[in-house]
Amino acid sequence: MDSAELIVTAGGLALAAFVLWYFFFSARRTAAAVSSSGGVQEVAITVKGGYSPDVIEVERGKPVQLSFYRDEESSCSEELLMPDFRIRRDLPAFKTTLVELLPQQAGRFEFTCGMGMLRGSLVVK
Amino acid sequence: MASSPETTTLDIEGMTCASCASFVEKSLSRAPGVQSASVNFATEKATVQYLPELATPATLKEAVINAGYGVLERAPDTSAAERSAEIDRQKARAYHKLKRRFWVAAALALLIMPLSMLMLWPALLERVSLPVLNYVLLALTLPVLLYSGREFYVSAWNGFRHRAANMDTLIAVGTGAAFLYSLAATVAPGYFLRRGIMPEVYFDTTATIIALILLGKVLEMRAKTQTSAAMKALLGLQAKTARVVRPGGQEVDVPIEQVQLHDVVVVRPGEKVATDGLITEGHSFLDEAMLTGESLPVEKTVGAAVFGATLNKTGSFRFRVTKVGADTMLAQIVQMVEDAQGSRAPIQRLADKVSAVFVPTVVVIAILTFVLWFDLAPVSTRLPLALVNFVAVLIIACPCALGLATPTAIMVSTGKGAEHGVLIRNAEALEKAYRVNTVLLDKTGTITRGEPAVTDFVAPGSSATDLLPLIAAVERQSEHPLAEAVVRYAAAQMPAAESLAATAFRAVEGKGAAALVDGRAVLIGNRRLLADEGVSLSADLEARAKDLLAEAKTVLYVAVAGQAVALLGVADTVRDTSAAAIGKLQRLGIEVVMMTGDNPQTAAQVAAQVGITRYFAEVLPADKAGKVKELQAEGRTVAMVGDGINDAPALAQADIGLAIGSGTDVAMEAAGITLMRSDLNGVVTAIELSRQTIRTIKQNLFFAFIYNTLGIPIAAGLLYPVFGWLLSPMLAAGAMALSSVSVLTNSLRLRGFTNQ
Repeated sequence: MDSAELIVTAGGLALAAFVLWYFFFSARRTAAAVSSSGGVQEVAITVKGGYSPDVIEVERGKPVQLSFYRDEESSCSEELLMPDFRIRRDLPAFKTTLVELLPQQAGRFEFTCGMGMLRGSLVVK
Repeated sequence: MASSPETTTLDIEGMTCASCASFVEKSLSRAPGVQSASVNFATEKATVQYLPELATPATLKEAVINAGYGVLERAPDTSAAERSAEIDRQKARAYHKLKRRFWVAAALALLIMPLSMLMLWPALLERVSLPVLNYVLLALTLPVLLYSGREFYVSAWNGFRHRAANMDTLIAVGTGAAFLYSLAATVAPGYFLRRGIMPEVYFDTTATIIALILLGKVLEMRAKTQTSAAMKALLGLQAKTARVVRPGGQEVDVPIEQVQLHDVVVVRPGEKVATDGLITEGHSFLDEAMLTGESLPVEKTVGAAVFGATLNKTGSFRFRVTKVGADTMLAQIVQMVEDAQGSRAPIQRLADKVSAVFVPTVVVIAILTFVLWFDLAPVSTRLPLALVNFVAVLIIACPCALGLATPTAIMVSTGKGAEHGVLIRNAEALEKAYRVNTVLLDKTGTITRGEPAVTDFVAPGSSATDLLPLIAAVERQSEHPLAEAVVRYAAAQMPAAESLAATAFRAVEGKGAAALVDGRAVLIGNRRLLADEGVSLSADLEARAKDLLAEAKTVLYVAVAGQAVALLGVADTVRDTSAAAIGKLQRLGIEVVMMTGDNPQTAAQVAAQVGITRYFAEVLPADKAGKVKELQAEGRTVAMVGDGINDAPALAQADIGLAIGSGTDVAMEAAGITLMRSDLNGVVTAIELSRQTIRTIKQNLFFAFIYNTLGIPIAAGLLYPVFGWLLSPMLAAGAMALSSVSVLTNSLRLRGFTNQ
């Protein structure tokens, strides 16, 4: 094995390890909902190549209002799916779309883009 | 009497600290008519409870301004139709832009390709300077990259920052690697030559991949808009205006949004009904196909319910509005279809799991491919080979097809179902309907019309014209359902007859009724009523009654002036379509079972009439769910069809519940599928549609999985040691563009679904 092969092999393996760690094992940003005076739990989410924050904690039994602001035109994020709440919404670019729901069961509920590539989750406590 | 308090939320402007919030709160609390006010500083919102007769939103706003702050006026809520129109406009713009990006990429790729192939003709190449040619190619590729492909890179970068990898990541990394290598080979060819590597460029690969992926996206976007076409069509059915009758009797055309509850609306022949209501005047035939899928016009008279978006065919009528906006039947159908389209089918779960981990995994496979090729290939070609295979793996692996497989099929089929009057609650219901092998039908209201009708009138020795008016006069006073059937029968037989008046009416609990008509004592009821009143039956009537009872009919006995004179046979009649629909279900390989609260005799009679061999008789309402369980215990997948409140537990217990639309809301709530038309053909449609949809989804998933599981190893060069096959990244791009388009096209085939 010449030195170039050594470098490529070591570099490739390190890069592969980094990709796995970065996408699967690194810490995620979690945000808890802010309760308004009306008892509605409000969360603002920016959609740009992903959802930020992408883990949202809410309380069970109280209405939740998620406002999705789509800050890009990439077609990947144009649709929002929350299958557990039977919600499919088009998110217009550079606009805020409100999604209201009432979580009645505790658990972790995923929301994704239309193809299931961008992911976030709603954690109901 | 004071009205109940109302609650409103105000967006407060200008608060800088928590004490501002308490200022606003105090000012609001002191305003007349305000019962309570609370202001949240963090969310800048005030929630106010007030009495509407003392305070208005304007006075509340004044109170906030008095405290030195402002109220942010919210834009009025735009209607669903407007919102959807705005989204459509935006989609049209995006489509237009995408097409332009594609054409730019395609035109430049068409120039780049032949120029790159000059190398195939050494004679030609001698006349051209290679470095110059490379720079020309670079100049042509840059616009493709920076204009046409820009979004891939931006989106990939955004995704990377969010630790989310999507299809754009693969395309961006793939084409980016090919471009950067080519750029290096163009700018510093000497570096490569010194290491024994030909400085080859892959500008054609970069440009062609971008053009092909964009072509795939253009086709995909076009097909996607077609998947929701049925929904659009439903929304478009709504009438835009209504002709409202003002209190003075004047008729005014008003926009549909301004129609209010209890308004009276006029509908002329050929016009659409504006919203839901009850007919107060007039008579007509209405085409309700848009809601129920039933193609025959339905007759409607005073008191009948009419629905928005249906078409008035013949007569003119007036109706009183009972529902507007989101409460109307059409709006609810649209909502239900939208809900179903937002749901996920269990069959998609595996694909979802795969999609979630797919892209990072593919990136890792691509990196390993690069390393292996670099380590194992001959030194002179190792870098280009490693690069080409790295790019090919990234490009072919896009899992779009996997993500599209289920949702697109669900979109098309739920829309198609609505067109046929079959409302599917969610994708899970569709999947369950597919597995059904036993259909359990509730007899009353499902197989039969659910209301008793007079089927026989026996009056030996007297004429119907004499007797029917007497009978009708008594029964008009009664509230018994059987009496209603008798009145309907009399009206149908002698529409022109004048109504007689009955006096001294008395209902005899559990037996019948008696009254005086024209001075004659008339008795109508069961056998016991006549016996109690000391009236005996002639042998003839006795025999005829026995016949009717043998046919499982209810017999009403009529006596006039102490003489038994007539018999009425009453039965719940079978719907015209039931037998044919049950036959179709049986031909689909489904066993049809009936259950009823009636006695075994009646049950056997109806079962025989519609071709059912297995039935449960004398089932109490509370035991219906138990019968479903009994069938399930036999290992069957049961679909329960019912219409009433007492069917709800059975509908919920069944693997899939189908509520017949004329039934109650409770039944619809408990069911996975609602049939808008009161006829069993809807059950056939629902099951056939679910079978076709699931078949389509399975095909889609199969193609998507096969494509990726075969595509990736081939792109990685697994076949190279055996056959010497490598996958060109351009071919990979073509295949990838085709994969999602083919899945979409397959789903769109469901649009051709017709009711057999």
